[in-house]
Amino acid sequence: MTIDAVIFVISAVVAIFGAAMMIAQRNPVASVLYLILSLIAQAVIYVQLGALFVGIMLVIVYAGAIMVLFLFVIMLLNLRGSEELGKPSGRVSRFTKYVITLLFFVELIFVIRGVALPPAPELVTNQPDAFGSVKAVSMLLFTKYLYPFQLTGVLMLIAVVGAVVIARREHPGELPDDTAAESTLAETPKEGTKA
Amino acid sequence: MTDYVSTLSIDIGLIGPELALLIAAAVILLLIFTRKADRFATAIGLIGLVVSMVLTVRQWDVKVGGFSGMVTVDQFAVLFKLLFAVASGLTLLLAERYFHAKHIARPEFTALLLVSTMGMMVMAGTTDLIVIFLGLEIMSVPLYVMAGFNRRSLESNESGIKYFIMGAFATGFLLMGIALIYGASETTDLRRIVTDFSYIATNAKLFLFTGAALMMVGFGFKVGAVPFHSWIPDVYQGAPTPVTAFFSVAPKAAGFAALLRIFAYGLKDLGALSDVWWILAVLTMTVGNILALRQENVKRMLAYSSIAHAGYMLVALAVGGADAASAVIFYLIGYTLFNLGGFTVVALLETRAGSRADFSEMAGLSKAHPYLTATLALFMFSLSGFPPTVGFFGKFYLFSAAVKGGFIWLTVIGVMNSFVSVYYYLRVVKVSYFDQIEGRFVPAPLSAGVLFVLIVTAVGTLGFGLFPDNVLEIARRAIQAFA
Amino acid sequence: MVYYLALAALLFAIGLFGVMTRRNAIGILMSLELMFNAANINFVAFNQYLGGNGMAGQLFALFVVVVAAAEATVGLAIVLLIYRNWRGVDADNVSIMKW
Repeated sequence: MTIDAVIFVISAVVAIFGAAMMIAQRNPVASVLYLILSLIAQAVIYVQLGALFVGIMLVIVYAGAIMVLFLFVIMLLNLRGSEELGKPSGRVSRFTKYVITLLFFVELIFVIRGVALPPAPELVTNQPDAFGSVKAVSMLLFTKYLYPFQLTGVLMLIAVVGAVVIARREHPGELPDDTAAESTLAETPKEGTKA
Repeated sequence: MTDYVSTLSIDIGLIGPELALLIAAAVILLLIFTRKADRFATAIGLIGLVVSMVLTVRQWDVKVGGFSGMVTVDQFAVLFKLLFAVASGLTLLLAERYFHAKHIARPEFTALLLVSTMGMMVMAGTTDLIVIFLGLEIMSVPLYVMAGFNRRSLESNESGIKYFIMGAFATGFLLMGIALIYGASETTDLRRIVTDFSYIATNAKLFLFTGAALMMVGFGFKVGAVPFHSWIPDVYQGAPTPVTAFFSVAPKAAGFAALLRIFAYGLKDLGALSDVWWILAVLTMTVGNILALRQENVKRMLAYSSIAHAGYMLVALAVGGADAASAVIFYLIGYTLFNLGGFTVVALLETRAGSRADFSEMAGLSKAHPYLTATLALFMFSLSGFPPTVGFFGKFYLFSAAVKGGFIWLTVIGVMNSFVSVYYYLRVVKVSYFDQIEGRFVPAPLSAGVLFVLIVTAVGTLGFGLFPDNVLEIARRAIQAFA
Repeated sequence: MVYYLALAALLFAIGLFGVMTRRNAIGILMSLELMFNAANINFVAFNQYLGGNGMAGQLFALFVVVVAAAEATVGLAIVLLIYRNWRGVDADNVSIMKW
C-alpha cells in the first residue's frame, strides 16, 4: 500500500462515515457538523486528485460559509431535533426507498466495474505543476470560462435577491385586510412599497 | 490539446438579448431604493423584453460561436429565445393585474422573471454542458422564489418548497449525468462529443449511456415526464396563477431546447435511448390524461394536461430525426400560446375575491362574458387538438413524423390519448356555456394588459392554425441550423 | 480511479437516500448538498484521470460549488418563510393539497 492509498482509504472512510451519520442524526446541529466532517474528508481527496484550488474552495466556501449559513438558520429557528420529525413513513414506502437506493448504487457500481478503466496514471506526480493550482485555474476562469464565470455572478445576484424577497419580514403597513381584497386594486399601486 | 492558457474572447454582441434582460432587471432592482420601482417595473421589464426580442431577431441569419465556444448563436437558439421572451412578456402583462388584486405585487417579481428568462436564453444559446447547467440554474432559482411568491398563502409556500426540493433533486441527477458524460468523452462541449464520437472507447460508452440516462432523469423532472411528475400538480396549483402559466410553458420549452440539443444533436449517435423515450412518452401522456379526468379544480386540471402535453412532445425524442424535432418546436410554439391563453382566463376569473378556480365557478360564464368564453373555448379546442387551431397541426406534424419513423403504436396511443383529453377540455366549455348558476355571476374585471394577452394568444392560436406551413418552415430551418 | 468513482457513487446514494427519507426540510437540503458533492468528486476524479487534457472538470466543480451556495441560500430562505408561517419545517406536513 502506498501512502496515497492509505490517505485515500482514511479520508474515504471518514467521508462516508460523516455522510451516513449526517443522515442518521436527528439533531440538525449534529447533522451539520457531520456533513462538515464529510466535506473536509472530501477536500483531502480533491487535493489528492490534484485539484488543489477546488479543495481549498470546498473547505472555505462549503464547509465554511454554506454550512455556517445552515447552522445560522437552525439556530434562528431554534430547531432541536425530534420535535420536527413528523409521522414516520409507512414500512412499505420505507422499504421501497431502501430498495431504490440500493438498486441505484449497485447499478452505478456495475457501470463503473463494467467500464474497467485502464489503471490510473500515477497520481499528482506526473501532472504539470500548473495542474489544479490557483494560477492555472484562474487563467482558465478569466479566459476560456469567462462567460460561465460571469453567469455565476448573475446566479448569485438573483439568489440573494430571491432570498431577500422570500425571507424578509412583513411590514405592518403592508398587510391588507380581507375587505380590501374585494375591491380591485388597480388604483392603489403603492401597495408593494417598502415601508 | 492543453488549454491551460486560452485566448480571451469577448463577443458582447452575441449575448445582446441576455444582456438586455439583465440590464432591465438591474435597473428595476436599483429603482427599488428610490421607491419608484413598483410604478415602472412592468414597463421597464417590457422594454427590456422588446429590446431583447429585437436583438434576437437581428441574429437570425448569424451562425457563430463566441466566448471561446461557450456561446452559440444559431437559428435554433434565436427561435427559442424569441419564444421565451414572448412567454415572459405575456406573463408580465398578466401578472401585474393579478398580483395587485392579490396584494402581492412587488417590483422584484419583474426582475426575477427577467433573470429567469435570461437563464433560459443562456440554456438555448450554447452547446456547452457547463453553460447549459448554469443557464438551467439561473432559470430555476428565480422560479423557486416565484412559486412561493404569495408569501402569506400556505399553498404558495408549499409550492415553493416542493418545487425547490424537486428541482434541486433533479439538478443532482443532472450533475451526475454530466460528470459521467465528461468522463467518457473528455469534454463538456457537445460539438466535440459529436465530432469525437467514434473515438470514444466502446467500454467508455457505458459511462456515456449511464450519463445520458441520469440526464434524462434530471430533465424528466424539469419537463414533468411521468415517473418524475409528482411535484407538478401541487406546485402548479399552489403558485400564483400567472407564475403557473409561466411554469407550464417557458421552463418546459427551455427543458426541451436543452433536450433537443443534447439528445437530438450531441448524443444522437448513442442509439438505444429511443425505447426509453418511447416508454416515457407513453407513460407521461397516459397518466397525465387519466389523472386530469378526475380533477375538480381547473388549475389542477391544466397542470395534469401540461403533463400530458409533455408526453406528446416526448414522442419526438423517441422518434428522433429532423422531422420530429421541427414538429416538436412547432408544437412548443403553439402550446406556449394556447396554454398561456388558457391560464390567462383562469387567472382572470381568479382575480375575483374568494375564487379558487374550481370547475363549478365557471358556470354562467358565457352570459357574463360572451367573448371571453369564446376565447376560452378556442383555447380548449386547441388544447384538445381540433382543427383549424394550432393544437391540431402540432399533433398532426408530430404524429406524422412518428408514423414516418415507423412508430405506429406510439402514434395510435397518442391519438387515443388525444381523444381522452377531449372529455375534460370540453367539460370546461360545457360548464361555462350550459351549466346553470345559482345567484349572480360575479364579473371579472378586464384590464388592457390582460386583454392584450388574450388577443395575442387567441390570434396566434387561430392564425398559426390557419397558416401552419410558414411556422413549420421556420422550425425546420432552426433544426437544420444545428444538424 | 475506480475507487474514487465508487466513493462518489456511494456518497450519491447516501444523499439520495437522505432526500427520500429525511422528513426535516433542512435535512433534505443537506442531503442535496451531499449529492452535488458526490457529482463533484466524479468531475475532479475524471479530470485527474484524463490528465493533461484541460481542466474542464475542475472548473465545473468550482461552478457547482457556487451553484450549491446559491441553491442553499434560496432553499434556506424558503424554509425560513415556511417555518414562520407554519411553526415547523416538516416536508411531510406540507401537504394541505392532495394528489
